[in-house]
Amino acid sequence: MTDWTRICALADIPPLGARVVESAREGRIAVFRNAVDQVFAVRDKCPHKAGPLSQGIVHGNTVTCPLHSWKIQLENGEVVAPDVGCVKPYPVKVEGGDVLLQL
Amino acid sequence: MRKLKLVMVGNGMAGVRTLEELRKIAPDMYDITVFGAEPHPNYNRILLSPVLAGEMTIQDIILNDLQWYADNGITLHLGARVTRIDRHNRSVIATDRNGETVTANYDRLLIATGSTPFMPPFPGRDLPGVISYRDIKDTDEMIDAAARYRHAVVIGAGLLGLEAANGLALRGMAVTVVHNSGWIMERQLDRTAGKMLQAELEKKGMQFKMNAQTAELVAGESGRVAAVKFKDGDSISADLVCVAAGIRPNVELAEKAGIHCNRGIVVNDTLQTYDPRIYAVGECANHRGTAYGLVAPLFEQAKVCANHLAEMGIGRYQGSVTSTKLKVTGIDVFSAGDFSGTDGAEDIVLHDPGLGIYKRIVLKNDRLVGAVLYGDTKDGAWYFQLLKDEQDIHDIRDHLVFGNAHLGDVGHKGNNVAASMPDSAEVCGCNGVCKGSIVKAIQEHGLFSLEDVRKHTKASSSCGSCTGLVEQILASTVGGAYQPADSNNKAVCGCTDHSHGEVRKAIREHKLLSVVEAQQHLGWKTPNGCATCRPALNYYCLSSWPHEAIDDPQSRFINERAHANIQKDGTYSVVPRMWGGLTTPTELRAIADAAEKYKVPTVKVTGGQRIDLLGVKKEDLPQMWSDLARAGMVSGHAYGKSLRTVKTCVGSEHCRFGTQRSMDLGVKLEKMLYGMWSPHKVKLAVSGCPRNCAESGIKDVGVIGVDSGYELYVGGNGGIKTEVAQFFVKVQNDDEVMEYGGAFIQLYREEGFYLERTCHYIERVGMEHIRKQVLGDAACRKALYEKLLFALQDYKDPWAAIFEDKSGGSHKRDFEIIKV
Repeated sequence: MTDWTRICALADIPPLGARVVESAREGRIAVFRNAVDQVFAVRDKCPHKAGPLSQGIVHGNTVTCPLHSWKIQLENGEVVAPDVGCVKPYPVKVEGGDVLLQL
Repeated sequence: MRKLKLVMVGNGMAGVRTLEELRKIAPDMYDITVFGAEPHPNYNRILLSPVLAGEMTIQDIILNDLQWYADNGITLHLGARVTRIDRHNRSVIATDRNGETVTANYDRLLIATGSTPFMPPFPGRDLPGVISYRDIKDTDEMIDAAARYRHAVVIGAGLLGLEAANGLALRGMAVTVVHNSGWIMERQLDRTAGKMLQAELEKKGMQFKMNAQTAELVAGESGRVAAVKFKDGDSISADLVCVAAGIRPNVELAEKAGIHCNRGIVVNDTLQTYDPRIYAVGECANHRGTAYGLVAPLFEQAKVCANHLAEMGIGRYQGSVTSTKLKVTGIDVFSAGDFSGTDGAEDIVLHDPGLGIYKRIVLKNDRLVGAVLYGDTKDGAWYFQLLKDEQDIHDIRDHLVFGNAHLGDVGHKGNNVAASMPDSAEVCGCNGVCKGSIVKAIQEHGLFSLEDVRKHTKASSSCGSCTGLVEQILASTVGGAYQPADSNNKAVCGCTDHSHGEVRKAIREHKLLSVVEAQQHLGWKTPNGCATCRPALNYYCLSSWPHEAIDDPQSRFINERAHANIQKDGTYSVVPRMWGGLTTPTELRAIADAAEKYKVPTVKVTGGQRIDLLGVKKEDLPQMWSDLARAGMVSGHAYGKSLRTVKTCVGSEHCRFGTQRSMDLGVKLEKMLYGMWSPHKVKLAVSGCPRNCAESGIKDVGVIGVDSGYELYVGGNGGIKTEVAQFFVKVQNDDEVMEYGGAFIQLYREEGFYLERTCHYIERVGMEHIRKQVLGDAACRKALYEKLLFALQDYKDPWAAIFEDKSGGSHKRDFEIIKV
């Protein structure tokens, strides 16, 4: 684990939206913001058919994949039943209006 | 806070369903205690027939195992007979299986005691070997008798009696069915269908004795029943007599407690008895004079009752229309509604004795009021839906009796009797789900609704074209327990109980201007809705309050947010608009340049007469749009629930057959409708003569030029199931095409449910309604047209908006990747 990296300001992510972060080592990571300004980060690849989760609709702490509507819980990357699977989550936090990601 | 105490008497399907619904909406409100007289947890009583027939086992039909009760913290007393309800002290007194007295106090009491079989008072009814058919114990006794004895007599040829007879016959007994009326299942079938069914059952080896009055049951030497004697002096031998002469609501307990009963425990629309602390659901309850014996209405009651117990109080049970299906493998019988032939009713009958098919549908005032199907029941669900929705069938009357074979059977033509499909047959082509997996999921998880099946199997959850087929499989697997949802009142999604119609009405009446406002006003159950309801709400706000509602990009599907179509690999496709399918060398040059500059791997001509650039990276989109916008091109909205294209033929401008200037009119229509959001995508076409080269017959609005003007067609669809557009009106000139076509589209925008194409919208509301609004009332038509033009004025091309946004603020946020 490396240190926390500043990604962007919280204001750079729309509420109930996401941004894509590209890391040389980890590939694409989706960073989400919910309606109450909490942030979450998971690999930007749906476990179903690799859809870009960052492009999905965010509701509660869940995102619906834009390709085939699988639902993924953002806190832990677990897929909502009855579908099964999981996607890698990353530690992320907001500090002083900045979004920090641990890679 | 102290938890309230809820006690339930009865442990059957209706009661436990109520608890399940209650746990969903108010999981911590009650401490729950359940008394069940049978020693089993809740099981699917409807499937006792397949158990008797040897097609399933008891284990297969358990709906909630003991672990479920434990997991939900429910105190369960099995084999416990409730002896008294003490309303004064609000307690229930029972004797448990060890003979000890158990008392439970309640704040709310739910009576779900079901029904008891009716045993006519003939002598010998108490003899060993005489049973009714109600529970696992009866089933076991029949299975046991079938192994040891030869002759069985079933008294009563209703649904239950015939299923019992079929099961006993399959287990090797010689079965005679005795019935006191002229034909079997006379409550559900008319004479013809009843006779056909009887002949079919006789072929399977069953014997029938009709118009027979049982005099007494006679004991043999062993003391066990040996014969049935009739009033006409006849007698037949019987080692087992199964009495299926109807059921009676089990009200004894309630009556003793002084609760008002009248052929059932009388309940109001919130399932409360005359003592408001006490509720009753299921077969024991009498709601508006009806005690339901089928499971589907009971589930509706359960939902409302749970809602009221949770003190939400927004649901009302207003009665159900029921349908019947006989669960005898290999025989298809369906009936629904009233077919007794009352005043003003008309019959449409199709009868082919050779093929063993009989269909009778009963109409009254252009509405379907009853249906009896024998031999071919695949359209049962469709007829039932028409009946429940009270839909005007005037326009489809001529082919009504032939069914709705086009409904959801694409790819399965000629093989659409769900029951006869092999388990390996693919039902859902989108998600690769075969019939076997659906049946397995229905049985293993105890599913009853289309929604449940979608969740567990994904079948019918993508394009929806197999919905009809999935419904048929559901119906044939769970039998009478399946009730299609009322299409007008279906909840938008799991986030709310409100239907599309109710949501739109509230948005219009209370001037709700945003998704969040609508959710708050309507008491959404989830904090921000979901991917199903948010786009719908956003559309309803925007279409109800143009220029005032606040568009929420986060409530739009990615395609509408990114103004491009997402592809399977996460890249996008870009389609510049070509008005009426026309383009210029300059535009083509700009497209070619953009394709090269952004390394577009695939360039394709679309079905809507324009060019698709596939495989564009999202981060390249804004720059590419800028390039195209500079050449004067705008977004083609090939991605949206919006106007797509207006396809044209060359028309009289060039064509030697052309009668009208179709390209001209196409461009005009497309410019008028540019930027229009709608419930689903909208496609138009203009052909310059009846040769119809622009394929106007399969468009939402199709225009065909004739020498004297234009013919307008509406509701066509070339997609999932090809639907030919219906003739709408003949008009004189271009302006009238715009006005009539525009008014139709605006009506659809105002009344269509989100994601409902025009053909489905028309099917739901009826063509007559649309004709009345657009053709019958000129003022109404003009008002609709005005509203459309008002909604569309000042539309800003999304490409230009980003191109001109020099600050780069918002679009940067949406399109730029952050590199670390």
